[in-house]
Amino acid sequence: MIRIAELSCGAEYSGIQKEIERAAETVGAKIVYPEVSLDDILNVEEKFGVRVSSGDLNMAMARAVRIVENPDLADAVIVMTCFRCAEAAIIRSEIRKFIHERSRIPVLSYSFTERTTAETLLTRMEALVTTVKYRGLLGRERQTGLTAGIDSGSTTTKSVVMRDNQVIGTGWVPTTEVIKSAEDAFAAALKEAGVQKEEVQGLGVTGYGRFLVGKHFNARLVQEEITVNSKGAVFLADAQQGPATVIDIGGMDNKAIAVQDGIPGGFTMGGICAGASGRFLELTSRRLGVDITELGKLALKGNYQNVAMNSYCIVFGTQSLVNSLSMGCKPEDVAMAACHSVAEQVYEQQLQEVEVKEPVIMVGGTSLIEGLPRAMEELLHLKVKVPPHAQYIGAVGSALLVSGLLEG
Amino acid sequence: MAKVIVYPPTSMILSDLVERTGHKALVVPEQVRKLVTSTEIESPPLNMTPEEPKKGLRYAAVDVPSGVRGRMALIGPLIEEADAAIIMEDPGWLTGCAGCNRTNELVRLLIRTKGIPVLDLKYPENDSQAREFVRKIKAFLEGLK
Repeated sequence: MIRIAELSCGAEYSGIQKEIERAAETVGAKIVYPEVSLDDILNVEEKFGVRVSSGDLNMAMARAVRIVENPDLADAVIVMTCFRCAEAAIIRSEIRKFIHERSRIPVLSYSFTERTTAETLLTRMEALVTTVKYRGLLGRERQTGLTAGIDSGSTTTKSVVMRDNQVIGTGWVPTTEVIKSAEDAFAAALKEAGVQKEEVQGLGVTGYGRFLVGKHFNARLVQEEITVNSKGAVFLADAQQGPATVIDIGGMDNKAIAVQDGIPGGFTMGGICAGASGRFLELTSRRLGVDITELGKLALKGNYQNVAMNSYCIVFGTQSLVNSLSMGCKPEDVAMAACHSVAEQVYEQQLQEVEVKEPVIMVGGTSLIEGLPRAMEELLHLKVKVPPHAQYIGAVGSALLVSGLLEG
Repeated sequence: MAKVIVYPPTSMILSDLVERTGHKALVVPEQVRKLVTSTEIESPPLNMTPEEPKKGLRYAAVDVPSGVRGRMALIGPLIEEADAAIIMEDPGWLTGCAGCNRTNELVRLLIRTKGIPVLDLKYPENDSQAREFVRKIKAFLEGLK
C-alpha cells in the first residue's frame, strides 16, 4: 500500500476530506498524517523558516519538516490548501519546495474548493502513485521489441508503433467516438509501420479515454498521462538523465511537470479555465480563417503587444479576439496575441508551482503551433525545446513503458 | 441564563467557566457533536460535507476560501444565537484554535458588530493574572443574570 502524506489546511472544513481519501483508495493508496508534537508546531520557524498566523498551516509545515527528517514515514506527499487563500498559497508553494529540495519524495500540490471531487484528483493521485510504485519502470530509457501506444486525448487521438527504440509508424485523428478514433489512429500507425496488429507484442494506452480504450484493446499498460507524457517527452528530447521541465498544453487541460532522470518529481495539472488551453487556439484559428497548422507560422510574423488579449476565460478571450479584429488589428498580431495569452496564463498559473529547470520541453499538438513555444521562451527567458514527434509523446511514452513490462 | 459565545470558539477552559456560572457556553465541539449524531456519517471524522461551505455563504462571500466558509457554517450560527461574548486576545494554540486565522478574524468581527456585551481579556501569564482573569469572567457572567 502506497502511503500518501496529506499536508493540508481547510480540506476537512471544505467537506472534501472524503473525496481525497476516495481518490487515494481508487489508486491503491492510503492517506496518512505524520504525527507532530506541539513543540514541533510552536518551533516550526526554526526548521522551516517561517511561522504564520493560521494554526493548520503551521501544522502542515511541521509535518513537512518531519517527513524530510524521516523519509520512511511516507512514499509521496500531497499539499492541499483552499483556493483563493493568499497565506495558504505562499505556504503551499514553500512546503513543496522544502520537500522537493531536501528529499526524493514526489510532491503534488493542489488548491481546492468545496467542488473538488475524487474524480478531479484521480489522475493526479494516480500519477503520484505510479511515480512511487513503478520507479524502476519509469527509469527505463530504451524501447525494445515491437510495441505500440495509443493516447486517447480530449481533442485528438494519437498512436505510434515502435521497434527497437525507433518510431516506425504514427497515426493521428480528431477524437470523436472514443473507441472508433482509437481504432483509426492505431490502424494508421500500423499501416505506416507496415506491421499487423497481431505482431505487436505489447500495447500501452494513456489519455482521457484510457480506461475505455485499454479495455477494448486489452492493453497491457493503461496509465495516466502525467508519468507517460513526461517519459515520452524526455525520451524524444534526449533528456533522460538529469533535470527537465515538461510543459504540455492540451485541448482540455495543461500539465507542467518537473522531471528528474525521467521520473516526475512534482507536477501541476490545470484545467479550470479554457482561455489557457489548446481549445482557445483552435477557436482563434477558426476565427482567423486559417488552418490550425498554419496558426503558428502566422503568429511568428506578428507582435502580441499590438493586441490587448489576456483572459483566463475562453468566452472573454474570444471577445477580445473579435474586438481586436473589428478594430482593424492584423491577423498575425492577433494570432501571436492568442499564443502569448495562453503561454502567459500557463506561466502564471502553473509554472509557478514547479521548479523550472532546463531543458524546458514543450510537447503535445499545441507545441507545433510555433508561436506558442516562442511566447513561452519570451516569458521564461529560456530556450524551449520541441522534440520531433512532439504531438505523439503520450503514445511514445506508452509504447516505451509497455516494452519494460514485456521483459518482466 | 444567557448564551455566551467564547473566543477562541473551541476553548474548553472558557466554556467550562461559563457553564460553572449557570450560563450556556456556545462552542464548536457542540456543533460538531450535532453533525456527527444527527445525520448519517458520510464524511468522518467531523462529518463535514461540501454542503457546509455552502451554508457558510451566509457569513462570507463565495470568493472567500471554502475552508473559511466551512468553519463559519459551524461558528456562524453560534454567533447568531449569542447574548454575550468573551474574547481572549492572543490566546495561543493550547487555549483552542479554529486552525485558520482568516476565520478567527471574521469571527471576532461578527461578534463585535452584533452589538452584544463583550468581555475582552488577555491571556494570563502568571498565577495572579490567572486569578484576575477568572474573577473578571465571573463578574461579567454574574452581571448577565
